[in-house]
Amino acid sequence: MVAVTAAPADSAAPPAGRSRGPRPPALLVLAATAVALLTLLPLGFVAYEAVQTGWAEASRLIFRQRTADLLWNTVRLTVGSVALSLALGVGAAWLVERSDLPGRRAWTVLLVAPLAVPSFVNAFGWISIAPGLDGYTGAVTITTLSYFPLVFLPAMAALRGLDPGLEESAYSLGLGRRATFFRVVLPQLRPALLGGALLVSLHLLSEFGALALLRYPTFTTAIYDQFQSSFNSSAATMLAGVLVLLCLALLLADLGLRGRSRYARIGGGAPRPVARAPLGPAVWPVLAGLTTLVVLALGVPIGSIVRWLLAGSSTGIDTHRLLQATGTSLSLGAVAAGVTVLLAIPAAWLAVRHRGRVSVLLERSTYVSSALPGIVVALALVTISIRAARPLYQTAPLLIAGYAILFIPRAVVTARAALAQAPPVLDSVARSLGEGTIGTLRRVTLPLITPGLGAGAALVFLAVVTELTATLLLAPLGTRTLATEFWNQSNSLAYGAAAPYAALLVALSAPATYLLTRQARRATV
Amino acid sequence: MRWLGTTVAAVVGTAVLSLSAGCGMGSGSHTELVVYNAQHEELVSAMLKGFAKETGIDVTLRNGSDSELANQIVQEGSASPADVFLTENSPGMTLVSDKGLFAPLDQDTMTQVPPQFVSSKKDWIGFAARSTVLAYDTRSVQKAQLPKSIMDMADPEWKGQVGIAPSGADFQAIVSAVVAVEGTSKAQAWLKGLESNAKIYRNNVAIMSAVNAGEIKTGIIYHYYWYQDQAESGANSKNVQLEFFGHQDAGAFLSTSGAGVLKSSKHADDAQRLVNYLTGKQGQQALVDSNALEYPVGNGIAANPKLKPLSELDPPKVDIGSLDGPQVVSMMQQAGLL
Repeated sequence: MVAVTAAPADSAAPPAGRSRGPRPPALLVLAATAVALLTLLPLGFVAYEAVQTGWAEASRLIFRQRTADLLWNTVRLTVGSVALSLALGVGAAWLVERSDLPGRRAWTVLLVAPLAVPSFVNAFGWISIAPGLDGYTGAVTITTLSYFPLVFLPAMAALRGLDPGLEESAYSLGLGRRATFFRVVLPQLRPALLGGALLVSLHLLSEFGALALLRYPTFTTAIYDQFQSSFNSSAATMLAGVLVLLCLALLLADLGLRGRSRYARIGGGAPRPVARAPLGPAVWPVLAGLTTLVVLALGVPIGSIVRWLLAGSSTGIDTHRLLQATGTSLSLGAVAAGVTVLLAIPAAWLAVRHRGRVSVLLERSTYVSSALPGIVVALALVTISIRAARPLYQTAPLLIAGYAILFIPRAVVTARAALAQAPPVLDSVARSLGEGTIGTLRRVTLPLITPGLGAGAALVFLAVVTELTATLLLAPLGTRTLATEFWNQSNSLAYGAAAPYAALLVALSAPATYLLTRQARRATV
Repeated sequence: MRWLGTTVAAVVGTAVLSLSAGCGMGSGSHTELVVYNAQHEELVSAMLKGFAKETGIDVTLRNGSDSELANQIVQEGSASPADVFLTENSPGMTLVSDKGLFAPLDQDTMTQVPPQFVSSKKDWIGFAARSTVLAYDTRSVQKAQLPKSIMDMADPEWKGQVGIAPSGADFQAIVSAVVAVEGTSKAQAWLKGLESNAKIYRNNVAIMSAVNAGEIKTGIIYHYYWYQDQAESGANSKNVQLEFFGHQDAGAFLSTSGAGVLKSSKHADDAQRLVNYLTGKQGQQALVDSNALEYPVGNGIAANPKLKPLSELDPPKVDIGSLDGPQVVSMMQQAGLL
């Protein structure tokens, strides 16, 4: 999984360009700049390699049938899966928020829960019991089942925040329910849906494990194949370059589509409770549909894991190996989480306390890596370390750096939110009461921001624990994580042996899902 | 939420401190041999089990694929942490050998196997062999209908009915044999034909399982995947039989797994001992006794009796040091298989 976190809305901040507070300390700017450069490293690497390779060689490697095939595969997968995710996500969100569907709370949980099954585990669950489900059909089906909650969550949150007064006005002006939904509700959901669609697309562009298991070649799997066949050859880098361009194009398209329409209004007011649409007799087919969706997205992978666990336990589980991999995954996750949060603080601090052109630029640049697939980041770090920083090559610090680059957007977003809750005026009060700089930090600021930083660390931790692609390329000698062990076993079709790892990966992802749900709920307030 | 955040922050803080206190993962102590291993990990562990016991030398395996690790060693050059390099197929060894990164083998080691399993530069040695086969679905294909040569798999009649794993080192080694036997232009045309005929799988196991499930009629794999599955449960091979092409056809290619000591090794003597052990009586017998079902290459070591005898395979005569990996990769890129 790749870190994808939308940049937070800026509604509360004063316009960029006007400085707030005292001039930022040079040390802080320096630290934030260093971090920003680190996160931009993979992008710089791809650009540098493209120039180094030269036009003749680059065009030989890029403009060939294979690239066209991969592009076609990537595009039709993205279109298919995003369209289906939007339909499922919005439909389910409307049912949960705006209809009298029975058991709405339980459905909400069940519809978010597929996020706790990493997509490559989901693919494993399906392909191990239905080997024929591969190629385009399999890829669209399984990625949709894995990623539709990424649309469901923001759509639900947006619907909840939507004042029903708007819809009531539409009714009173003579629009029917259907027309109201398409002409009033849906346009209001636009930012949420665009955000969700962007998230799904970026996930799809960086998806590796699931697509490799489903035998559906896209850029990510092709880059990995190239890496296996010829290490960090220019063939791999050129494909990475095309992939990066696709990701950046998506980011730009998203910015363009967002447009300039305004959706916010001053003050939330006190909206009346929503009059829920009665489903009537349609409730039965709706319930059947939702049940099918949950069974497909959650029941099949989990049932499949249980089945293989039972089948595998007869042949014996290598407990020692399992524990070792668990330990490695947990410690890598903890260290990466700590490092990433520390790296996120300077940019977040500048953005909140010293807002200005430079701060905004530094903060934004850390978001770029949210669009970079793990395989690109890993390829960049492997090559850079071999050529220019040999002692770092094949070490835990390099792997941690990879994780930090991939997941820093999550940490910056949460650190920013946490700092926003610690207004500088409290510092001034502490100072005026005679507390020194260190004392203020220790007794006022830190206690206020620690929980927020912790939540960010938890998000990074859980992303690292289930990370596969970058870990495959960057893991040091003898380092085996849950994800790489799972990968090796399921690659040799040893499904029974892979099942315990899959089960642990799901168990570890569950808290992340909970946190994401909380975040989405809070975002609406 | 608040308590959760605080707890996580505390845990993470402790972890960071312990890391900075010097608990780096995988940095490894200096008395170990580092083996870059592209062979099946289980086989190499089985073969080296006795080595660790006998010598007290610890071995750390860095697992990867042939070309990945070979290219990695080339890029690392003299700074490579690897002491020994083991591959599944010979093109990876050739790549490293061509860069002059292998140390000469001990004389004693080279006498342990027939001369065709030692590279002409005497810098690496074979320690296992595997035969190319065509796996076919016995329900949809009769033995008589099978092609006489692997070159026929590019014919239109096999469209959509042949499975290959082009990103794997095994298939790339087979392609290199086709290049060696049939020449570059015929091989390129063959790859083009396969590009339109073949269904792509990740590895040999996946191909065999697809043949077994009736998804494809045939697949190009190595022999031992079928024998291993038959020895276990037959779950992935009960509808599958193997065709050995024989007649020195490129499709009868016998691929050699190689072992070599890196010139840059800081434990050269221990590394030479490891390669000696691997190709010696004990290592080779451990291969036979394991469930790997590859062919041993050591003098006087008989293969597992379940296997078709090595003497009946009639493989093409290919110099193991001549197989060119990078050329194959570039040809496969040109054909659109990579």
